[in-house]
Amino acid sequence: MRFFFGFIGHSAFQTWAVAENFFKEISGMYYLTRATFYCTFIEPFRGKPNKWKPVWTQMEEVGVKSTTIVFLVSFLIGVILAFQTASQLARLGALDFVGALVGVSITRELGPLMTALVMAGRVGAAFTAEMGTMKVSDEILALETMALNPVKFLITPRFIAILVMLPCLTIMADAMGILGGFMIGVTTLGIDPIAYFDRSVEAMVVKDVVTGLIKSSVFAVIIVMVGSYMAFIIEGGAEKVGENTRTAVVVSMILIIIADLIFTSLFFFVT
Amino acid sequence: MIKVNNLRKTFGEEDKKVIVLDDFNAHFEAGQITSILGGSGSGKSTVLKHLIGVYQPDSGEIIIDGDPMVGANREGLVRIRKKFGVMFQSGALFNSLTVEDNVALPLREHTDLNETTILIMVKMKLEMVGLRGAEHLKPSQLSGGMIKRIALARAIALDPKIVFYDEPSAGLDPISIGVIDKLIVDLSKKMRITSVVVTHEIPSAMRISDKIIMLYKGKIIAAGSPEEIRNSEDPRVQQFINGSPDGPIPFSKSQKDYGEELKEMRFS
Repeated sequence: MRFFFGFIGHSAFQTWAVAENFFKEISGMYYLTRATFYCTFIEPFRGKPNKWKPVWTQMEEVGVKSTTIVFLVSFLIGVILAFQTASQLARLGALDFVGALVGVSITRELGPLMTALVMAGRVGAAFTAEMGTMKVSDEILALETMALNPVKFLITPRFIAILVMLPCLTIMADAMGILGGFMIGVTTLGIDPIAYFDRSVEAMVVKDVVTGLIKSSVFAVIIVMVGSYMAFIIEGGAEKVGENTRTAVVVSMILIIIADLIFTSLFFFVT
Repeated sequence: MIKVNNLRKTFGEEDKKVIVLDDFNAHFEAGQITSILGGSGSGKSTVLKHLIGVYQPDSGEIIIDGDPMVGANREGLVRIRKKFGVMFQSGALFNSLTVEDNVALPLREHTDLNETTILIMVKMKLEMVGLRGAEHLKPSQLSGGMIKRIALARAIALDPKIVFYDEPSAGLDPISIGVIDKLIVDLSKKMRITSVVVTHEIPSAMRISDKIIMLYKGKIIAAGSPEEIRNSEDPRVQQFINGSPDGPIPFSKSQKDYGEELKEMRFS
């Protein structure tokens, strides 16, 4: 009996510790996000202008160099969608509607989501690994003692870069996904190109693309803030950098999916 | 220049509280080199971290050039930090930037000088540390001694009144140690920079210091000129100077009695 209650008590304490830790992380992330928003959007209007050179560098790193992988992934998603839906729609005699289906699901959902997930792996991991190594080798401490704000110096350029580049990449991913569906639709599936195009245009509305872009800017904030937070809390050595990079990717992917769910339900009920 | 009064710092929660710094008092005079000596875990790095405003003490005060550091707000901290430079043990150069950009960084961020002036100043600082010509190298292409010299050039980029050195000679060969020592002395004598050196390198501390503070378990056990330290009768000071493995500072770092710990072990 004693063991039983002991076990219950132990588990309760353990659960409490986990919960406490969880809320500590959440509040830490909140404060870092607030500091980043302050440094990025408010400080420039209080006489401390942003430097743009690091922003361009990050934009190239985050955006331009990610185009290949984003294009490839979204093109293939378009191809896969067309293939998967064709057999079902053919049974209903509605093969022409493959275009509409691909277009709507890419612009509404898969374009923003897949781009964000790819970028969480590619860019989020790079953020944590790079800044985490800087933290471990005292470079962030050196910045602080030089009276430079690490948030402004390191996170702000990355924040601006990904906030601009992720929606851009999303638009390109939308286009590539639709192109992928189109290519398969008119060749292998033998749909008339004009009909494919007409059905797509009928079904897609500008609102879908816009909601996709709103979502992708939220995903951008998630990727950069989780990546930076996981880097800034690193204490210790190389082992921790690896561990936190992994955590950053996992956490940002989960948060992206959760945010996606929230936004989808929001748009579902509100509009 | 720097006054530290009754500094006290503990780590950990209530029952596992460890006192790392207890009643630390010191006065670092302008234009002089003061070394803080001590073994690993003696609290000397903790003192440095308080002086550069990374840790907040539990109690006590730090006054740097008339400005109180403890309890300073963000602007106050920025103002104080512009008065000093820090040379880190690892150098802490930014690996993504060239040597030139590393040294120029504080100038670019804190002054409105134009680019030409900044490059001239960078060249001057590099000449001071004897590494003019290394401008376009990356930190990964430099040797340990060179990294520390560049770190020193960056620390003095804004012509600070105070420079903190964290283990300047750790992990260097004897010649590089000599070079760094000479640089510290030159800077302090020629430019009237107040230097605070945290080190465990006895010979180099004896050579360069005007004053030595010796720490053991978070407490000052001796303070004075190198001569006074050398002639100190405190056995702990003598053990540290002579580097004997055992003495008043015990060989074993374990807190618990050996026999007790063996008895408590359970074998199934």
